[in-house]
Amino acid sequence: MDIVVLVKVVPNIERVRFDMEKGTVDRSSAESEINPFDLNALEAALQIKEKFGGKITALSMGPQSAEGVYRDVFARGAERAVLLSDRRFAGADTLATSCTLSEAIRKLEHFDLVLCGEKTTDGDTGQVGNEVAEFLGIPSLYYVSMLGIDNGNIYATVELDGEKLVYKVDTPALLSVTKDANVPRLPTLREKLEARKKSVEIWDAEKLGGNTERFGAKGSPTRVAKTVVPKEEGRKGSIYRDVKEGIDALLSVLEA
Amino acid sequence: MSVLVFAEMKGKEIHPVAFELLGKGEEISKELSIKLEAVVFGGDESTAQELIDYGAENVYLYEGEQESCKECLSSLATEIKPEIMLFGATKFGRALAPRIAASLNAGLTADCIDLRVEEKEFIQIRPAFTGNILAHIKTRSTPKLTTVRYRVMKPAEKRKREGRIIKKESSVDIKKSFPLVKREKIESIDIQNADIIVSGGRGLNSKEDFKMLEKLASLLGGVVGSSRPLVDDGWISKDHQVGFSGNTVKPRLYIAIGISGSSQHLAGMRNSEMIIAVNSDPSAPIFRYADYGIVGDLYEVVPKLIEGLEQKVS
Ligand SMILES: Cc1cc2nc3c(=O)[nH]c(=O)nc-3n(C[C@H](O)[C@H](O)[C@H](O)COP(=O)(O)OP(=O)(O)OC[C@H]3O[C@@H](n4cnc5c(N)ncnc54)[C@H](O)[C@@H]3O)c2cc1C
Ligand SMILES: Cc1cc2nc3c(=O)[nH]c(=O)nc-3n(C[C@H](O)[C@H](O)[C@H](O)COP(=O)(O)OP(=O)(O)OC[C@H]3O[C@@H](n4cnc5c(N)ncnc54)[C@H](O)[C@@H]3O)c2cc1C
Repeated sequence: MDIVVLVKVVPNIERVRFDMEKGTVDRSSAESEINPFDLNALEAALQIKEKFGGKITALSMGPQSAEGVYRDVFARGAERAVLLSDRRFAGADTLATSCTLSEAIRKLEHFDLVLCGEKTTDGDTGQVGNEVAEFLGIPSLYYVSMLGIDNGNIYATVELDGEKLVYKVDTPALLSVTKDANVPRLPTLREKLEARKKSVEIWDAEKLGGNTERFGAKGSPTRVAKTVVPKEEGRKGSIYRDVKEGIDALLSVLEA
Repeated sequence: MSVLVFAEMKGKEIHPVAFELLGKGEEISKELSIKLEAVVFGGDESTAQELIDYGAENVYLYEGEQESCKECLSSLATEIKPEIMLFGATKFGRALAPRIAASLNAGLTADCIDLRVEEKEFIQIRPAFTGNILAHIKTRSTPKLTTVRYRVMKPAEKRKREGRIIKKESSVDIKKSFPLVKREKIESIDIQNADIIVSGGRGLNSKEDFKMLEKLASLLGGVVGSSRPLVDDGWISKDHQVGFSGNTVKPRLYIAIGISGSSQHLAGMRNSEMIIAVNSDPSAPIFRYADYGIVGDLYEVVPKLIEGLEQKVS
C-alpha cells in the first residue's frame, strides 16, 4: 500500500502575534510547526503501512524555509519527503494549491491512498483534500474519525448528523482524517537520529510540467482582500471578584 | 445569471441552513440585480414549493440521491451559469463544495460568517487562523462558490410566493462512491442547535463533576458542553466538544466553567449571544470575552448557583 500524506507547515498558533491595528498576522513572531491535524494523517498512514507494508511519501507545498520543520516527517515514519517550492507557487489559494499538489502526486510512480488532515490552523478552509481528489478523479471520504483494518480491508468511519457510516475503502482513494482517528505517537530518539540521514526532495514548477498559469497567485480565483483582527465589542465585561455579589448578579441575569 | 442556493436535505426535510442562505441570497441578488434560484436533490414538489415560499424564483428539482449529486450539480452550473453558488457549511456541504469548485475551476470560500456587496463586488467574510482574524475574500471566477456557517444569518421570510419548478433528470454516469458496510444511529446531543450551553473545562477535578454541570444545565433548559482536554481524556463524548476541532456554537447563553479561554476554544463559541465565565484565575483570557464573570472556585460557585436557581423555581 503506497500512501501519500499531505503535510502543511504552519505558524504555531499559540505563539503567533496578530497586529490589531493593521489586522495582519506577524508570521515571524512564532516558529513553525507541522499542522497538528496532519500528524493524525501521518499516524493513520503509519498504522496502515504496519499492516500492509508499502511506502509513505510526504508531500508539502511551501517555502524553502519550511524544510527544517518539514523534515520531522522522516522521524514520524515517512520514507520519502517531497517539498514543492518555487516562487511561482506563492500566493496560491486552495484551488491552485490543490492543482499543484495533484500534479505532483501524478509525478510519483505509484500511489494507492492519499491521506490528509481535516483542516489547517492557518488558512483553515478544510477544502484542499477534496479539491485534490477531484483533480485526481478519485473518490474521497472527509471527516474520517476511525480507520479499521480487518481481513486485508480498510474500513473508514464517518459520523454525520447522529449517524455512524462505515465504508469499505477501495483504492485509489483520498481520506481526510479528524483528530479523533488516532493519537499520533512521538518519534523515538533513534528514529530522530535515523531521520538525519535522509533528505527532502525539492521540486519546482518545471518538474511539474511548468503549466504555471495554474499555479500560485495566477492560478488562484480567490484573494484575501483584507484581514481584520476582531475586537471583542459589545461585551458587558462585568466581572465579580466577590462570589456572593457575583451569584446575585448572575441569578438576576439568568432569571431574565 | 443568478445566486444559486444548494438546499441540503436532511432526510425528508430541508436543512434549515438553506432558509438562511435564501435570506442572504435575496439580499445579494437584489444588490446585483440577478435572480435567486435553488437546487435540491430528493424531495418532491412540496419541497420545491417551500423553497419558493422562502424566496427562490426558480427551483431545480432532481430526483435521486443527494449523496451522488456532484455530477448533476457541476453540469447544472455549466448549463445555467450562476454568478454565485451558496452552500451550508455543514459537514456535507463542506465536503461537497470543494468537489464542485475543482470541477468548475472556480474559487471557493470557506465557512463564511457574512456576505456583502461593496461597489458591486461580492465580499465574503470568514474567520481564519483558528478564529483569530477575519478575512475579506474576493473571487474573480464565475461562479463564485461559498460555504456559509449555520445559524449566523437570518432566515428568509416565509410567505406564499410564486415561482417555477424545473424538474431535472439525474445524469446516468454517477461515479460510485465506496460500499457502505454499516450504518447505525449514534446517540449524540445536538449541541449546535442548543439555546443554552453549560461547558466544563480542566478546572473540573473529576469526570463525576460533570453531573453538577448537568444539573445546572437542566435547571436552565440547556445542554452540557466541554473543552477538548476532557473529551480527549474520555470524560465526556466528543459531540459535547466546543471549539476549533469540535463544534462551533452560537447559543443565546454560553457558560464556561473552569475553562481558560484558549484561542481554539474561543473559535467555537466567541459569537455566542451572552457569555458567562466562572474561573478562579482573574487573568484567565475567557474573562475578556465574557459579559459576566465570577472570579472564584467553581466548587463554591456552581452549587450556590444551583441552589439559587432551585429556590427561584420553587
Ligand atoms: C486569511 C486567509 C484566508 C484564506 N481563505 C481562503 C479561502 O476562503 N479560499 C481559498 O481557496 N483559499 C483561501 N486561503 C488560501 C489558503 O489558505 C491556501 O491556499 C493554503 O495553501 C491551503 O489552504 P488551507 O490552509 O485552508 O488548507 P486546508 O484545506 O484547511 O487543508 C486540508 C489539508 O490539506 C493538506 N494541505 C493543505 N495545504 C497544503 C500544502 N500547502 N501542502 C501540502 N498539503 C496541504 C493538509 O493535509 C491539510 O490538513 C486563505 C488564506 C489566508 C491566509
Ligand atoms: C489543533 C488544536 C485543536 C484544538 N481544538 C480544541 C477545541 O476544539 N476545543 C478546545 O476546547 N480546545 C481545543 N484545543 C486545546 C486548547 O489549546 C486548550 O488546550 C484547551 O482549550 C484548554 O482547555 P481548558 O480551558 O479546559 O483547560 P485549561 O487551559 O487548563 O484551563 C483550565 C482553567 O480552569 C481554571 N480552574 C482550575 N481550577 C478551578 C476551580 N476550582 N474553579 C474555577 N476555575 C478553575 C484555571 O484557572 C484555568 O483557567 C486544541 C488544540 C490544538 C493544538
